[in-house]
Order: sequence, then structure tokens, then C-alpha cells
Amino acid sequence: MSELHHTSLTALAAGLRARRFSSVELVRAFLARIDRHQGALNAFISVTGERALKEAQAADAALAAGAPGALLGVPIAHKDIFCTRGVRTTCGSRMLDNFVAPYDATVVAKLKAAGAVMLGKTNMDEFAMGSSNETSYYGAVRNPWNPQLVPGGSSGGSAAAVAARLVPGATATDTGGSIRQPAALCGITGIKPTYGRVSRYGMIAFASSLDQGGVLTNSAADAALMLREMAGFDPRDSTSVEREVPDYVAALEAPLTGLKVGLLKEFFEGLERENEARIREALRIYEGLGAKLTEVSLPNLPLSVPVYYVVAPAECSSNLARFDGVRFGHRCENPRDLRDLYCRSRGEGFGAEVKRRIMTGTYVLSAGYYDAYYLKAQRVRQLINADFIRAFQSVDVLIGPTTPTPAFEIGAKTADPITMYLNDIYTIGANLAGLPAASVPCGFVGALPVGLQVVGPHFSEARVLAVAHAFQRATDWHTRVPQGYA
Amino acid sequence: MALTREQLASIAALARLDLSAAEVPVYQQSLSSILEFVGALERVDTANVAPMAHPLPGLSQRLRPDEVTETDHHEEYQENAAQVAAGLYLVPKVIE
Repeated sequence: MSELHHTSLTALAAGLRARRFSSVELVRAFLARIDRHQGALNAFISVTGERALKEAQAADAALAAGAPGALLGVPIAHKDIFCTRGVRTTCGSRMLDNFVAPYDATVVAKLKAAGAVMLGKTNMDEFAMGSSNETSYYGAVRNPWNPQLVPGGSSGGSAAAVAARLVPGATATDTGGSIRQPAALCGITGIKPTYGRVSRYGMIAFASSLDQGGVLTNSAADAALMLREMAGFDPRDSTSVEREVPDYVAALEAPLTGLKVGLLKEFFEGLERENEARIREALRIYEGLGAKLTEVSLPNLPLSVPVYYVVAPAECSSNLARFDGVRFGHRCENPRDLRDLYCRSRGEGFGAEVKRRIMTGTYVLSAGYYDAYYLKAQRVRQLINADFIRAFQSVDVLIGPTTPTPAFEIGAKTADPITMYLNDIYTIGANLAGLPAASVPCGFVGALPVGLQVVGPHFSEARVLAVAHAFQRATDWHTRVPQGYA
Repeated sequence: MALTREQLASIAALARLDLSAAEVPVYQQSLSSILEFVGALERVDTANVAPMAHPLPGLSQRLRPDEVTETDHHEEYQENAAQVAAGLYLVPKVIE
């Protein structure tokens, strides 16, 4: 049994199907690991053990009956941003500390329909606003590679849990890098699909023109399997795109011969020297696999962080207006009047970073400032988008770093929000342009993992995953396990 | 640009956020630095550039037939509310 947690999600699904082990055995093994390591990592907000065992029993019965389901009996975890019917869904916030979702997010329903068994809800930055998982009301998550360091954010709990092999795969969301940055900092694989590819129904909204659900796993092959089951049109999400989902698993082995890889000039600016060395080594591997490298420039890309910090707070201030202390969420004691009810419920329920973004957004949308900030940012966003479109006329994918540095210390960047925001400098562009992008481990700086980012044109998830998979066929960085989690 | 204490108070009021006396100078400082940071956008030439309305170019908002598709779950939904009575959400008196 000791080896099950080192088995890939894909192999676990096949092993269950072949009845080499049962879902109950598998779920017990992973729950035991969560129990053992949760204290050190704080990767989960809720662990739903009893429910998981019931689901596993049902999955075993279904497996015995030969029922379909690509993930039948496979344990997974959900980021606590996804609504799970009958299970507390906090979004990492005091505001939703007692919120029990009355329905399942489409992503949750689809993975359930594929047979996956939920082990729990993972920790995250409050309302997904953060790059270090330090803004969670439930405390910081620790990086399994070094407990003094952050796991990245906002999907830090999902990333730490997958890296520590507490669960073979987890859902996550990415508004400015929240899947790829923690994947890089924890040495695992993550993909943010094209905007509109995965339904946002039941995924608590942060910035609606940027938010997209995705996965964190230990390999591109596992990500392909989970994403295939999650993706697809949903009439309940007005931004969901009506377009067939290709079989990402079947497309994994596509050869890279002649693949045109763009090296983004701007991605190598501000990059730490050792990180750059790992990225350059990875690019040589791609050359060896038959890819052709060319340098491309996206001159407006350096503006993506300031654009993001207008657009995302603006949308967040509007989305989070729904938390009024009336219908759900935290309500203050003894309100004097309706206004006092709103102001105190929100003042008490939201944490510092969320308040900061709500106020930034309120300001940039307020009368007299809308044109100067919000509309201006959306115009510059158009320029960034045009840069990407131009680049993809000459290359198939863009490859570069996911983050400028490896994981940093807990507390190191909390004093200055701008320093924290700049951590997402390489990831935000894909969100602004709605592009699919993955991060895969490509080596170490000292004892810390480094992530390689692959960005593709709209709806090219199959290619992005195949490009990531080819790298993982040629290297073994994705099989490295942090010390203490063997 | 540096926000004054009064400006910060007015933003907080618009956002319906009650701030403690200790929070005000903290946000005054950090919002000012964020606004200065995003001020870099001012210098970008965007003449003749339309603001981006959707990350996927050319897509328009999908419409559906105006038919009732949802069923009534208000009792279940109200389980998450702090105060309800007779199927209604309770709030402090609004009209005297």
C-alpha cells in the first residue's frame, strides 16, 4: 500500500479499473497521509473523510458492475472556491466561514459524474486574492519543500497537497497566475485553460473577465485526464464557450518535430540568474526534441501587471458587492440600521488584502476616474492581446519562466503589496488575453523547484499539454518528491 | 498620487466597508502606492485603440429562450441567511 501515493492519477484510475486495489483502500491511504501531514502544511480547510469513504464504497460497487467513468474511484481535492453541495465552502474567508453551498459547481458535478471521490477542500488565499496563500483566514499554507516558505497562491493548498502526495490531483483557479505560480513554487504541473473552456458556474467569482478553472497534478498526462473530464460548454455560465472538448489524453503523444517555440524576450527580463539557467536548459531539451526556437517580443507585456491591478480590483469590487450580510455570509451583531449592517458585516468579514482590492476597484470605477483608470487599462489590455495574436502568427507556443524566483519566505512580501503583485509578472499576460498556459517543473535552484511556462493560442490546450508531456518524457523533474513526503 | 484621509474615507463609504481608525492610514498609504504604480498606464499611447470587452475576440453574449428552467429552492438557500422569517430575509427597519 505504501506506493499508492507515488502512483500517477492516470495509473490509479487504470489500477482501480483493473481491480488491483479498491477505491476504499486508496481513499484510506490518502486520508491517512492528509491526517499525518495536515498539521505541518495546513493545505486543507475541510477534510471530508466520512463522505469520501461512502463515495469510495459506491465507486467500488460501480467498478464491480463495470460502470463507466474515467475517474471512477479516484480521490481528488477541490479548491475551496468551488461550491460543493452540503459541504462548507469558505473561499478562504471569514465572510463564508459558515457557508454551506446549496449546489455543486459544474466542475464539481462533472468530476463527480466521472467518478472522482472528493477528499476535502483545499486552503487558498482569501477570495483567491494573493500570490502566497498568506491571505487565507485559515492561516498560511506551507511549502512542502521547505516549511518556512510559501507554496504560492492563490491555489496554494491544492498545490501543496499535490506536491506532498496527499492527493493525486486537485482543482484550482487562475485569475493572474493562481494555478501556474503555485505549481512552479511547489514543483508540480498545472494548467490554466482558455477563458471560457471550463465552466465558472459555482466557482466563486473574483474577476470575471480573467477567472478560469483548471487543475494541479503531478504530470501533464494527469492534467490532460482531469481537464478532459472538467472542460466543456455549460449553459449556466454565460461566458462558457460552445466548442467541443478534444481528447487531451489521446493528443499527448503528438511529436514536437518542427514545433515553433517562441522565446519571449520580455520573459527573461528581471529573471534571477539561476532560474534563467534552468529555463535555458529546458529550451535545449526542446531543441533536442525537434523544436525550432525563435526569439519574439511582446513590447506591451511589461504593462500587464499595472493593467491587471486596475481590471482585477474593478471586477472584484463589483463581484464582492453581493456580500451584504443579508442572504449569506458573515453578519455583524446588532446592526443599528441597514447601512451599518452592510458596512460592519463587510468590514468584519473581509480580510486586509480583499478590502484593499475592493477599495482599489471602487476608486478606479468611481465617477471621474473610470476613463482614466478602467477604460485606459482595457485599452492597454487590447494592446497586450494584439501582441500575443501577432506572436502566434509566427510561433506555435511561447515558452519561458513561470515566476521570476523560486518560493520565498512566509512574511517576506506581505508588507508591500506591489512587491507581492510583481510575482505574477510572467503569468498575468495569459489571463489578460484569455490564453491557455501550463507550468511544469524544470529543475531546481538550490533545493527549490523551478517552473517552466508554456503558453499557447486560444483553445490549444491539447498542444500545450503535449508540449509539457514531451518534456516530462525527456526529464524526471516532475517525479521528484519533497523530503519527508516519500 | 497620494490619497487624503478624506478621499480614503469616501472610497470606504462607497465600498460599504467599515474601517477601524488604525486601518485608515494603512490603506491610505497602500492604495496611494497602487495608484501610483498603475499610473504607468497613463503614459501609454492608446489613441485609436478600443477598450477590450472580452478576452476572446469576436464572441458575443449568448442568449437563451426566455423559459423557466430553475425550480424553487428558497428554503434551502435561506439556510445560509443569518435571519429569516416567513420565507423573508430580515434586515433592520428601513422605513420608519
